[in-house]
Amino acid sequence: MSKFIIAVYVDNKFGVLTRVTSMFTRRGFNIDTLTVGETESPEYSRITISMSGDGYARDQMINQLRKLFNVKKVELLEGDNSINRELALIKVRNSEKNRQDIMTCVDIFRAKIIDYSSSALCIEATGDTSKINALIDILRPLGIIEMCRTGVVALERGDSSILNK
Amino acid sequence: MKLTGAQIIVETLIEQGVTDVFGYPGGQVVNIYDALYEYSDRINHYLTAHEQGAAHAADGYARATGKTGVVIATSGPGATNLVTGIATAHLDSVPMVAITGNVPCNLIGKDSFQEIDITCITLPITKHNYFVNDVEELADSIREAFRIARSGRPGPVLIDVPKDIQMAECEFERKPVEPCFEVNKLDTDKIKEAAALIRSSKRPYIYIGGGVLRSDAEALVLELSEKADAFIGSSLMGLSAIPSDNERFLGMQGMHGRYASSMAQKEADLIIAVGVRFSDRATGNKAKYVHGARIIQLDVDFSEFNKNVDVDVAINADLKESLCALINQCEQKDNADWRNRIKELREKEKSLEKKFDRLTPKAILDIMNENTEDDTVIATDVGQHQMWTAQEYRFRKPRTLVSSGGLGTMGFGLGAAIGANVGTGNRVVLVTGDGSFGMNLNELATAVTYNIPITVVLLDNGVLGMVRQWQTLFFDKHYSSTTLKRKTDFSLLAKAFGAKGVAVDSEEAFREAFKASMAESGPFVIDCKIDCDEFVLPMLPPGGSVDDMIVE
Repeated sequence: MSKFIIAVYVDNKFGVLTRVTSMFTRRGFNIDTLTVGETESPEYSRITISMSGDGYARDQMINQLRKLFNVKKVELLEGDNSINRELALIKVRNSEKNRQDIMTCVDIFRAKIIDYSSSALCIEATGDTSKINALIDILRPLGIIEMCRTGVVALERGDSSILNK
Repeated sequence: MKLTGAQIIVETLIEQGVTDVFGYPGGQVVNIYDALYEYSDRINHYLTAHEQGAAHAADGYARATGKTGVVIATSGPGATNLVTGIATAHLDSVPMVAITGNVPCNLIGKDSFQEIDITCITLPITKHNYFVNDVEELADSIREAFRIARSGRPGPVLIDVPKDIQMAECEFERKPVEPCFEVNKLDTDKIKEAAALIRSSKRPYIYIGGGVLRSDAEALVLELSEKADAFIGSSLMGLSAIPSDNERFLGMQGMHGRYASSMAQKEADLIIAVGVRFSDRATGNKAKYVHGARIIQLDVDFSEFNKNVDVDVAINADLKESLCALINQCEQKDNADWRNRIKELREKEKSLEKKFDRLTPKAILDIMNENTEDDTVIATDVGQHQMWTAQEYRFRKPRTLVSSGGLGTMGFGLGAAIGANVGTGNRVVLVTGDGSFGMNLNELATAVTYNIPITVVLLDNGVLGMVRQWQTLFFDKHYSSTTLKRKTDFSLLAKAFGAKGVAVDSEEAFREAFKASMAESGPFVIDCKIDCDEFVLPMLPPGGSVDDMIVE
């Protein structure tokens, strides 16, 4: 089992995301995160999928994605030659007892406090998945009220676009 | 010229070369049916008894001709009734275009009468589908649908057209039919690797599937088998590609494969898979199936490589192109020991045959073999009768078998047989069982309406024989819900529909009835009374291998 990231260019059309996710169910793939958004080209959306599995699951995923009619490009992003980031918003209980710990933690993880009230504060953190996981682990005993994560977005290093590869 | 959406649909069908469509009218396709009325001198519409029958007919039409089958149904239940038919076509890579009506755009999402999200329902069982909400995009969507359906590995495509789009008008201009989408270019290094494996192989076995028929590559497979001195086995879907009596052909292999074919596969040191996906029914236990043999796989669909079994050389291109290249690269081989071994296996296979006094499925198929024409199309339903047909019928020409392999759809046969006749004009024999026939026998009405020459050979054993066979072998004879305590008189039933019908219980009576049916211009049902404990043999138990083969 290993983790891997797949970037997919799809037609920016109604219903395309459903086509992609329906295929996951049909083929029995389990994904960790999925993000979708616009790209440098208005015709296409970019889907970033992070998934854990063996080489077989990885190859099947790539092949089945490539077969979908609205999928234009599929690229496996390897750890060494890609950069990936996740953003998390974490709402933590604010109390006199915890405040200093939270501030220190935010500082160390180079996160930001983006909302503050007497009973709660909201942290915005960006980084790779392991960094976000580590931050959450530390904050959990301090009282996480609510949180959400964007899932991984990733690009290849260097000057190329996978669309033109 | 300015046309309505409904007219554009029919114009585009004609532009794509469609001459026959199957379907069933309804509230949200009444405009399309009005256009069909208007264009009835250029396009024939066949009205079935049920939308499922229409979908199977379009499928049978496509399988028997190689053309793209077309089916039309209304929204809601009309559309959902197509689902089994579309899935059947999808699992067997059959080119098909399904057109459904839907409620007008302003009623979409309001749970309107007969509204259903058919594009969502059919996502996993189509190659692609369309919901057209702009009449300007209608013609190009249909064109693209046909192009997708027939390109590369064929499959079904659905187009859902709301009623207001059928009524809206826009400019329409005929366009020439575009060629298929390009497939992967042949990698000549892979051909060299494959040829090297063939060179060093002493016992090569070519394993063919439906892809050979879909790409008209039958003659090239035979040529390769001669050059590599290899023998050919087939999946169910590959049957009829190679004449059953050809000395290179060993017949179907797999769970109910013929003895020599399955044994040869097991003893082979090289398997050359051509347009076939190593389905579980064909391989049984995957590890034992491969047994250390090298595997070369030729397929137009790259996603088939290493999906079910790991292969040594994967050749991804059009089958004809890769077979031609492989034949050119391959040197003439002489595998005398292998030929001798195959001869022994065939003799052993012959020795397993037994004679019985009763009317057996084998006797029925032997009589069919003597009395059919080379281009008679054999359709089947799903179950024991299907396997007996696959094992015993002697196919002579490509595309003369129409059978649901991947999905295993009981009730497929009659609709598909009607479509096969409409497409080819040839006589069709449907081999079915009383279980399968009971599912969609309403299409007898269609066969009578259009006077379709179909002989229905109904292997009537009063049980769901295939499941009963499993219950006998693996479930201590617990015949749970497989005994049909029905009192249907199928010959009378045929007459009630306006067809001819007769019941037989001996070889002589069957021969006479079958010969008589072949001279009929319309449907003829022969109700063949057979024993409920006939087995399909050989059999590899589920998850087993050739080592576990049950032969008697």
